[in-house]
This record gives sequence, structure tokens and C-alpha cells, in this order.
Amino acid sequence: MTIRPKTPMEGNEAVASVAYRSSEVCAIYPITPASPMGEYADDWAAEGKGNIWGAVPDVVEMQSEAGAAAAVHGALQAGALATTFTASQGLLLMIPTLYKIAGELTPFCLHVAARTLATHALSIFGDHSDVMSCRQTGFALLASGSVQEAHDLALIAHAATLESRIPFIHFFDGFRTSHEISKIEELLDDDLRFMIDDALVAEHRTRALTPDRPVIRGTAQNPDAFFQAREGINGIYDACPEIVERAMKRLGSRVGREYGLFDYVGDPEAESVIIMMGSGQETAHQTVEWMNRHGAKVGLLKVRLFRPFAIERFFAALPASIRNLAVLDRTKEPGALGEPLYQDVVTALSEGAVRDLSHFKQSPRVIGGRYGLSSKEFTPAMVKAVFDEAAADKPKQHFTVGIVDDVTGLSLTVDPDFNIEPDEVFRAVFYGLGSDGTVGANKNSLKIIGDESDRFVQGYFVYDSKKSGAVTASHLRLSDTQIRAPYLIDSADFVACHSFPILDQHDVLAHAKPGGTLLLNAPFESGQVWDELPKELQQSIIDKKLRVFAIDAYKVAKEAGLGGRINTIMQTCFFDISAVLDSETALRRIKEAISYSYGKMGEEVVRRNHAAVDSSLANLVEISVPETASATRCLPPPVLDDSPDFVKRVTALMIAGKGDLLPVSAFPIDGTWPAGTSKWERRLAENDVPVWDVALCVQCNLCALTCPHAAIRAKVYKPEAAAGAPAGFEWADARQSDLKGLKYTLQVSPDDCTGCTLCVQICPAKDKSNPKHKAVDMAPSAPIREAGRENFAFFTKLPEFDPAELTRIDPRTSQLLEPLFTHSGACSGCGETPYLKLLSQLFGDRLLIANATGCSSIYGGNLPTTPYGPNAQGRGPAWSNSLFEDAGEFGFGFRLAVDMNDKQARDLLTRFSAHIGDAAVRGLLDSDKSSAEGLAAARDWIAHVKDKLAGIQDADARRLETLIDYLAPKSVWSVGGDGWAYDIGFGGLDHVMSCHRNLNALVLDTEVYSNTGGQQSKATPLGAAAKFASAGKASAKKDLGLEMMSYGHVYVARIAYGARPTQTVQAFLEAESYPGPSIIIAYSHCIAHGYDLAFGLEQQKLAVSTGMWPLYRFDPRRNAENLPPLQLDSPAPKGSVRDYMKNEARFRMVEKRNPERFKQLQAAAERQAAERFSIYQQLAGIVVSKADPQ
Amino acid sequence: MDLSTRYLGLDLDHPLMPGASPMVDDLDTVRRLEDAGAAAIVMHSLFEEQIRHEESGAAAHMEAHTFAHGEASSYFPAADRFALGPDEYLGQLARIKEAVAVPVVASLNGTTRGGWLGYASQLEQGGADALELNVYELETDPDQEAADIEIRITEMLRALKSEVKIPVAVKLSYFHTSIANLAKRLSGAGADGLVLFNRFYQPDIDIEELEVLHKLQLSSSAELPLRLRWLAILSGRVATSLAVSGGVHTVQDVVKAIMAGADAVQLVSCLLLRGPDHIGTLLRELAQWLEQHEYDSLAQMRGSMGLDKCPDPRAYERAQYVETLLSWRPQSD
Repeated sequence: MTIRPKTPMEGNEAVASVAYRSSEVCAIYPITPASPMGEYADDWAAEGKGNIWGAVPDVVEMQSEAGAAAAVHGALQAGALATTFTASQGLLLMIPTLYKIAGELTPFCLHVAARTLATHALSIFGDHSDVMSCRQTGFALLASGSVQEAHDLALIAHAATLESRIPFIHFFDGFRTSHEISKIEELLDDDLRFMIDDALVAEHRTRALTPDRPVIRGTAQNPDAFFQAREGINGIYDACPEIVERAMKRLGSRVGREYGLFDYVGDPEAESVIIMMGSGQETAHQTVEWMNRHGAKVGLLKVRLFRPFAIERFFAALPASIRNLAVLDRTKEPGALGEPLYQDVVTALSEGAVRDLSHFKQSPRVIGGRYGLSSKEFTPAMVKAVFDEAAADKPKQHFTVGIVDDVTGLSLTVDPDFNIEPDEVFRAVFYGLGSDGTVGANKNSLKIIGDESDRFVQGYFVYDSKKSGAVTASHLRLSDTQIRAPYLIDSADFVACHSFPILDQHDVLAHAKPGGTLLLNAPFESGQVWDELPKELQQSIIDKKLRVFAIDAYKVAKEAGLGGRINTIMQTCFFDISAVLDSETALRRIKEAISYSYGKMGEEVVRRNHAAVDSSLANLVEISVPETASATRCLPPPVLDDSPDFVKRVTALMIAGKGDLLPVSAFPIDGTWPAGTSKWERRLAENDVPVWDVALCVQCNLCALTCPHAAIRAKVYKPEAAAGAPAGFEWADARQSDLKGLKYTLQVSPDDCTGCTLCVQICPAKDKSNPKHKAVDMAPSAPIREAGRENFAFFTKLPEFDPAELTRIDPRTSQLLEPLFTHSGACSGCGETPYLKLLSQLFGDRLLIANATGCSSIYGGNLPTTPYGPNAQGRGPAWSNSLFEDAGEFGFGFRLAVDMNDKQARDLLTRFSAHIGDAAVRGLLDSDKSSAEGLAAARDWIAHVKDKLAGIQDADARRLETLIDYLAPKSVWSVGGDGWAYDIGFGGLDHVMSCHRNLNALVLDTEVYSNTGGQQSKATPLGAAAKFASAGKASAKKDLGLEMMSYGHVYVARIAYGARPTQTVQAFLEAESYPGPSIIIAYSHCIAHGYDLAFGLEQQKLAVSTGMWPLYRFDPRRNAENLPPLQLDSPAPKGSVRDYMKNEARFRMVEKRNPERFKQLQAAAERQAAERFSIYQQLAGIVVSKADPQ
Repeated sequence: MDLSTRYLGLDLDHPLMPGASPMVDDLDTVRRLEDAGAAAIVMHSLFEEQIRHEESGAAAHMEAHTFAHGEASSYFPAADRFALGPDEYLGQLARIKEAVAVPVVASLNGTTRGGWLGYASQLEQGGADALELNVYELETDPDQEAADIEIRITEMLRALKSEVKIPVAVKLSYFHTSIANLAKRLSGAGADGLVLFNRFYQPDIDIEELEVLHKLQLSSSAELPLRLRWLAILSGRVATSLAVSGGVHTVQDVVKAIMAGADAVQLVSCLLLRGPDHIGTLLRELAQWLEQHEYDSLAQMRGSMGLDKCPDPRAYERAQYVETLLSWRPQSD
């Protein structure tokens, strides 16, 4: 008998494993949640792992999903077996090619981790809106509901596409299946060989385009031919379901897992049946079995092959007894009579009646409903509610389940206490910080338990949307029987909280089972732990009769030399307390896992982790729980007391993790949200924060410039404004002559600081007697938090400095302006956000931002709170994200609208000049509005004109009222990362730069796809390792700046604020003032570079001095002065690029893997830096005079 | 001319070899050194702190952001495809062994007994013909007693010797109170050779930025006398072989070192300044010098100026600083 390994793995790996082994070419592009599939393939190819024919597939990253689909199309046409992976918007970009692939009857399997499409908002989470957008392409659609199914059906798809010649989209739910870890039985290579018929592969090959047997495909057909040719394929589609069914039977005969096109579960005499696809089936399956046991005549029809829809099989699969059908769709089609599966079921029933396919005793009543959009929870209680509705006298025809719809009343009422999970299933929930390794440890625990016992395991991991201080929740289930529970744990036997401050932010005991266990990482003496808990938590522990254990894991980690990594320590405690394995086995396996994971990093790391494991249990204590709660401290509210009403009613609940409770009416319907809510959020970080030494400070404000989170700010103000300051509030006389007579304060917001230390690194003011002390130094936050909060609150109320008062703008004075981009969720030490903050300080009150999807759109616009906000006058950045690929064109559209509105306002104003007065008209139409004073004057005139217009009874006056604000200039910026500007959005960016319109582009260049996890882009430098360039990128970084210079009319700047802040500020001012297109390419250090970002500024300096990142500005205006448009702002490269590279893991990895290759790459990078510099130097000497020869 | 010598139990054609330096990171340089005639190749040190930092650093940077955000489970290609820490060194050892026929001395730098010592046996298995234990340490703790430091070094050597069968040399710094006693104890603890001496990176101060700068300054022949003294003092009095390291630039320097008792002469700064081929030049000059001065072999003069044989041992024993200072005049005079 064949023994197949039973292994815990995530859905993405389960699918990629089959796709990789069944393919020869894999063209990919990263997109959440499908990225890991491409990464697994890349890893395997790099390891030299072969497919079932022994060849190592060629895994190639493209510039977009459109590119990936086209490359796959080409590979298929030229005779290779190709595959790709995608989701959501990526799938949409493939659609034109999908029609082609299907139209040409090409065997191909596309694996989709189904994800929400961006509509009123982006969502990275799962539903079927993407795949349902492809049901018209001619692809077969095959749905999997679990990790095992995804593994098996991936193979069914690869086998069936070869026989049927119809290409397949095999899909499974994004995150819920793609990222769930589940113990599955792995398919062996021989299983794949058994299923994939080499004769069919050969047939595919003989159909290939080859000059050895030339044919033509892709012709253009006319009315005489197209229609008939299109109808010729009908037989192919008719045959497809049987082919899939045969493949399912064949696999079933080999591995024992039986699948059908439609699988029915439940009472053979069921009266009510749910019909659905995807992971929700598992929940419904579990619930149906429970309800059957409790006497309910219910059933479930799992739809696996959605396209082509096999109507006979559909009827055959349903029991004759049915009376009520409830069809559930995980998508929404506004305006349709119903969602896709509902429509197909209704059509099938109607057609079945005509064709006499029905064996039903009575014609069933059908209702349709939506569930689970954007990974909304779908639980047994909801399944029960759907069955109740299906059987109701007057059911809602089109319902929703899982939300409370208090607007249209479509939602079903769900019983919150309906819980069917058997006690046999062990359930544990772990709360941790993203940075503490909790998720990794839990994944490892699942592997240990999966390997050491016959138990089934399941793990699902929930991340919040912040990148710094993010909280993770791990949901683990263990069971002797198969786990069908793709929903979060509601009643946990074991709850662990790996970071004490989380207790103040999240209701970690909400889902603790009475009599369960709580494990705390508490940085206190054991006798103190109980007293440190907030009162609500104490009460909950007492009420639920929980046992409480605690360990000071930070102390144990520190003693073992592990820094802040507490994962193995907490894991050891979990195994000890839960006793899910015998303790000896658990300890041995934890240590083995450590040796395995860290072995390559060296014995020292292994030794330290082993030492931590050994000392964990000695430090673990059980805390005795008193009869009554004794704490005086209550949970702090999630938002500040003076927050606006909306923030308190809506945002606060979302922050607390209770957004699911909010009804439909709580939300804006068109995606429009109040701006600048990040400032109301109460963060509870424990990191050190900077402390200001007022006497030492030279007031250069570089600390404020570099702060990624606007947590340290400078302000100057009149002395009288400081009246009523809190006792500890500090100030000095403003030192610079341009600010004479004013007071100066540098203020830290301890709650918003993430402890990155960039401010200390950049501070130039050292104590002459003790140079390690600077004007800002880091200190523990706890002792100064309260006072710091009070001072910052006072500071924010001080009047903002009027930009019109500034005689010049430079790094110092720019920081006296109010930042309108504050407290984002970006990573600690982020290299991008200082540029955005500066942008908001310089032009925030007139700024429109079109933001490409990526890190900057996530920290810029991911709820619950967002960082762009208005100033005291109510003006501030207007921000939107359209897509990843279109930020150039989207911003260009902003410009078109702004220009059009401006033009109409000018025309109308002229028409009303008699009523309004010449002074106002001239003031608005002829004056210079580029300076702060000019802008302020224009705004005054606008207010004046509005007053005048109010008294004019005329339709055009009303029109002018809506347009007049556009006479105050607007600053339009397209913002995005290098993935956008160099790759997916390059075509659009290039086009809008070629147009003579006043659009500015800011490229936050991290030289890698940061948001999706470090895949290479065309901005990745020579010699750096990245995903899909693991041996080190061998080609040079694309010179986007030089390409843009080639137009001649584009303002181009390449900047690095850490190296030359003055040039950075100049570039922003020049780009904005330049009346044509401008592009700024900004060096942005990033966690994906692999070093402590506290040294980000040092690295910026090295990047510039070694020539890896030359600084320049290309200003077409200089032509008019007979000056060369290009100015070099950095000197010729000196030192070796190695000085820069040696500090970053992305380069070091390459060196470590292959020192010889690295040496060559390094030499090439050095040569290339010198060559580029020489080109710039020559360009900087060329005058392209456009001065009038007269 | 017979220039042969025996160092660390290895029979070598002559005493000249590159000392521990980053030169050997480059295989081409290694080949050029052999072509120029190097009797052995000494690899640069695998630093204990480098091992620790590399390991924990790599772990920290690659792991810190894993599984922290829904969209990215990691930010780097899979780590198990990269040789981290000492694997890199082992790889280079293997490549050098493959590239050259002369013996290869691997070098470990450490100051404490710890997990890193385990790499010694990996280096032995990797083909190293001998090991150099570099006790590069500058004790700054006022509570550390000299005796304890010497015990620690001796114990470290013992631990290392118990790990490997290949010969082990100890490279000492000259910041020890009784170098002769330490040498004797190390010899007793199994040292096969002593290398005199380590050179330290020297600090400098940036008086504008108020920062300490670390600079590598190349040696000059002026550093040789310190080595000559201790070679002469130890020559014939310890059982181990002796190597000189630091300050040998000219053939005269080579001759002096050997006369003072060196079995091997390690060259770094002169090779960095003049290129790997300089080792060949020195070798030819050495043979010429011996011929011109009518020596039969190199062995004939080895240790001839040692403390036990030289005509005026007091010159080594007394620091004679008063005399030296009085006779010194600024060069401009």
C-alpha cells in the first residue's frame, strides 16, 4: 500500500506543489493572497526541484499580471505546459488574455486565491468577486473548499484541462484556504503521473506553433466566419463535465478521496438544502451533520465545477424531497436579479422543468443570499439562520448573512449562542505582536503536533492592518477527526497573550471558554501580575473560572541572548500547560525545530534558543485567582476622549476589533471617510522614546524631518501663546534670526513614537563634554508618558506657524509647518513616510494625491484610522487610491478636472467682473499665487468673491460658487512605489509624463515590492537578492530618471533625504513650481533591505557617496537661462560600493551564497555606478539652449 | 640554497607565507600567492564576535518581519539557500584547498570558550592543515586580573586542542605582563606554535564630529624590533615553533626575524602594498643574501641571535629606553 505523507501545510503550498510539478513554465506576478504560490515555485526552482518529468520549471516574474498572462499564453502556444497564480485585480488584468487562451482551446490551469475586488474600497481578503468576473471567459471554474481539496482539485484541473482542452481556473478562498494550515495527505509524484496523461501532453505539444509545422492562429475574422467558428466549440464544452468527473473518479480510486461535480451532504430526505461553493461549504457541512443528528431534514449541495455547469448532474445530486433551496454567493453584483450561483440555479431549475430533468416531488422554492464578502466570518450559526430562513413562511428572497443590515433590512438574525463545536476539538487562541514571532511559533507547533500524533490540526492567522506594532491572533484547532471549521475560534480552551499591552487593546478573553486557561507574558514579578491586570479582565477571569499562568518571557529571552524574540519560550509554556503532547516529546521537538530553522544561521543562535527553552518552565508560574476583582485600573478607551463623534461611534469599535458588530448604517456607502483619524487613536507601545535637551538643541529640526510618524514635532510661536502650558512643558528662545522674538518647542508624542531612533541618529547637536549625549536621546517611555501626552496635547493646540511668514523654505523651516500626514501605521523607521510628511507640510493645504496600491496606500488609507488630515482651516490632502497600475493616469485625471474647473472659473469670473470688482478679478486671475503670501491673498479674494456672488441671482453665479475655489492653485501628485513606477504602472506614468500637464509624480523607491514581501522589481539594484532574484539581481537598476529626462520637458529629481536634506526640499519645491510634469525618485530605506533601520540615514549617505544613488535635479527651466538643465547634487563616487552593500542582508545573502558571484556583481555595480555618473557628468555640461535667438 | 623550515610540524620549503588577512578572500590572490612561492596560506580569522553577530544579526534581520503582516509572510528569499555564519568560511577553505597545493592554516579568533570553538573541528574536517588561534583581545574591564586572562587563554587552547588533531598555533598580543611565562604555559597546554604578535586597529578621533574612527594602518619595519625581542627571548626556551607577524617588509627584516628565532615569517602589509608577487622577490633576495653571506642553509642562522646565543643578551632584556631616547633626534635636524 502506498504511504503518503500527512503534512500540515497552507493552501497556497498545497496548490503550488501540484501546479509546479505539473508544469514547465510559470510566469508570475505578486499579489496578495496568491503571492506565496509563486514564491514556493521560485524557491523550488532555485533548489533545483524537478517536475514530474524531471525538468526544473522556468519560474519568471513579469511586470504585471497582464504580462504574466501574456507570457503564459505565449508559452502555451509555443508548446509548453504553463501555469500561473493570481487573485483579485491581478485576475482582472488577465481577462483579455483568458478569452484568447480559452478561445484557442488551450490546456492551462490558473490557480486563484479568490479575493475581493476593489470597489468602494480595496480589500486584501477573500471572496469570489474576482473569479465570478471570469465566468464569461470560457474558462472552466473549479472550486475547492479546503486545503486538502485545493491540493486534490488542483490535480483534477491539470489533468482535465489536458483532456478537455478547456483551460481551468481552479479557485479556493483567499486567506481562509490559501493561508490556513491544515494537515493534508500529500499527493506523490506518482499520483501526478497517474493522473496526467503523457499522450495528452504530447498532443498539446503537437498543437504548438512551430516553424517546423507552421499554422496561423490569432487571425481576424469577419461577419462571414466568426459566429460559426465560435459555435464550433460547443461540443468541447459539452464533453468537459464528464472528463472532470472521470478525473475525479480516477483520483478517488487511487487516493480514496471521492469528489463529484456536485457533492451532496445531509439527509437523503432533506427538505431544505443550501447550495454553495468554496470554504463556506465546510462550515455548512459541519452544521448539516449536526442538524441531521438533531433531527433536521437539511442538506448541502457543494458545487465544485461551476463552469461548464452540468445541469443533469446538478439535478441528480439533489434529493427528490427538497422543498426549499437557499443559494449562497460569496460575491455581490449590484443591480443583478441575483448573484451568479443563484442565477444559475434558478436557470437550471427552469430549464430542468422544460427538459423534464426534475425528479423533485414538488417544485422547490429558491432564495438567494450573500455571505462572507471580504472574508467576513461565516459560522455554523449563520448556516442555521439560512436554513431557518429557507424554511420560513415568507423568506427574504435576497438576504445577507453575517452582518446587521439596518438599512435595507436584508440581513438574517443569527443566534450568537449557537455553537456546535464538539468538546473533543482542542482550541487555542494566541495574541502576539507581529515582531515577536508568535505566528511562526504556532505554525511550528502545528507541524510538531501534526508529525507527532495522528491528530488533525488547523491553524489560521489574523493580522491587523498596521505594519508597526501590529497585533496577530493565531487560531489553532486539534482534533482526532477531520476538522471542518473554517471560521475563527469562538470558545477557546487555551488563550495566550504574548504581549501585555495587548490586554488593554483587545478583548482577549471574549472567546475564552469557561474553565479554560490563560497564559500571559507578563513583564513583572509573579506576585505583581494579578494587580497589573485591568479590572474588566480580572472580572472576566473570575467569572469564567480561568486558570492563569504567567512568565516574564522578555526576561528569559534577554538572559538567553535572544533580544525580543520570545516565540520559543511561549511555545514551550504552551506545550507544558496544554499537555497536547507529552512534555518530553514536545521539548525534544521544539529543540529539533530550532536546530532545523536556525541551523543555517549558526550554532550560536541554536544554542541561545535551546537555552531559552530550557529555562522557560522554571520561570512559568500559576497565578492564584482571588475571589474578587481588586484592580483600580480600568481598560482605557481605544480613542482619545476628545475624538469626534464618528470616531467614537465607529472607528473606536473597529480599533477594538469589534467592527463586525457595526450595522450597515454606520458606514459611508461610497467609500468616502473622514480624513485624519489616526490622531485620535490611542496607541500603547512600550518602546523607548526621544527626550529633548532644550539647552543643547540647535533647532535644526532634522529630527522632525526624519521622523516617519510625525511623533516629534517642532513649533515656533509667540511667547504669549505658551500661557497656561503644563508644568513640564519646555521651550527656548528661537535661535535663528528669522524667528527672532518667538519661542521654540520640540515636542515628542510618546504614544505615537515607534522607537526607531532615526531622530537620535540624525541629531547633530552633541554635548561637548559628553558627546554620547545629544539634543535628543532615547529614554524609557513609561516614566514620561503621562507628562508627554499632556505636553503634546498642549503643543498641538498652539497656533500653527503661518507659512507666509517664512522667508525661505529649507529642511529647518519646512519642519515649522504643520504636517498633514501623521501617525500612520507604517513600519518603525520607514524610509518612505518622511517624504510624504514633507509633501504634506509644503503643499498639504492644496494637495491632491493619487496613490498607487502598495505600502503607501496601506499605511495611507487602511482603516480603521488614516493619516492624511486637514489643518485648522479645514484644508488638507485629498487622497485616493484607485489601483496599483494606474496612479499616473488617475492623478492625470485629477489634473484635467482641476484645470477644467480653473478654466471655467476664470471665464465665469471675468463675466461677473462688473459685479465683483476689478481688483478681485485681477487679484485672482493675474497675480502670482505660487508663494504662500500669493496663495493666502488669492484665498482672501475667493472669500470676497463668494460674498459678492451670494447676492447675485443668476444660474452662472451658482456655478461659479462651485468652481471659485479652484482659483487657488492645487498641487496634484501621483504617489507610489517602484513596483508601480518601474513595472506595472510604467506605461501610464510614461504617458502622463510625456503630456505637458502640471502633474507631479513621487516615486518612493524601496527597490523591491515591499508590500507583498520583497519580490524584485526593475528598481532592484545590481547584486541585491530579492524574491525571484535569489542569486542576486544580475541586471542593472533601470534608470527611470534618465528615461524621463529624455523627454526634455520633464522635471526630474533623484533624492535621498538622509544624505542631503537640503536638496530634497529643493527638489520638492522645484517640482511643484514647475508648470509641466515632474517626477521625484526618492531613496526609501526599507525593512526588505535587511538591516536595523536606525542606520537608514547612514545607508542613504553611503548609497550616495558610493555612487549607488547619485543625486541630481533636471530642471527644463534652466534652458531659458542658458544653463544645463541637469545639475549633479552629489560628487563622483568614492570608496567601494561594498562599503554600502556589506551593511544590508539583501546584498550579504548573495555574498554568503556565492562569494565569487557576488564579487563579480559588486565589481559590475561599481563599474556601472562610475559609468552612470560619467553620463550624468557629461549631461550636466550640456546646455540645451532654448533661449530666443533674437 | 636550502631555505627549508619546519613550522607547526609542517615541513615547508621556506619560511615565507602570507599572514592572516582578507587577502585570501580572493581566490585569484590566493593562486598568485602560491605562484609567487608562498610556503603556506594563512586564512584570515573567523572572528568569534563575527560568528555571533552574523548569526544573531542574520537571524534578527531575516526573521524580525516574518509573519507580521497579512500581505507578506517574509521579505527575503528562503534562508536555507544561503550559507550563513561560518559556512561561508568553510566554503572558502574548501575552495582554497582545491586551488592550492601548499598547506592551508585556518584561523579562529576568539576570547571566550563557547559554541564557536565547535567550528574548529569543522575546519579540520574541511581540510585545514593547521589552525591559528587568534586571541585578539583588549581587556578594558578594571576588575579583570591578568592571571585570569592568562588562565582563560590557556583553557581555551586546551579546549581547542581537545577538538582537533591538527597542529594549533596561538597568535598572541603583546599586552601581557609575562609573555615568556604565558608562552611556556601555552606550550604546556599543547600549543604547536606561537605567532608574535597581533596588530590592533588603532583609534583616531574626528575632532569635528566628536566621533572615534577606526583605521587600519599598515605596519612598517619599525614594528619589527618588538617582535625581534620576544622571538629572541623565547627562542630555544619554548618547545613550540615560532612565527613572526607584523613589521617584516624587507629581506633584512626576514633575516633578522629568523636570526631571532622565527621558524615562519608571516607577511601582510608588504604584500598589500606591493602585491602578492612580493613574496617571490623576498624569497629570491633571501637566497641571494644567504649566498652572499656564505650561509649553508637557512637553518644555520635560525635562532643565532636568540637570547641564549647572542653576544649581548642584555640588549633584549633591558628596555634601555633612556639610552634610546637620548640618542633620538627629530628627523628634521
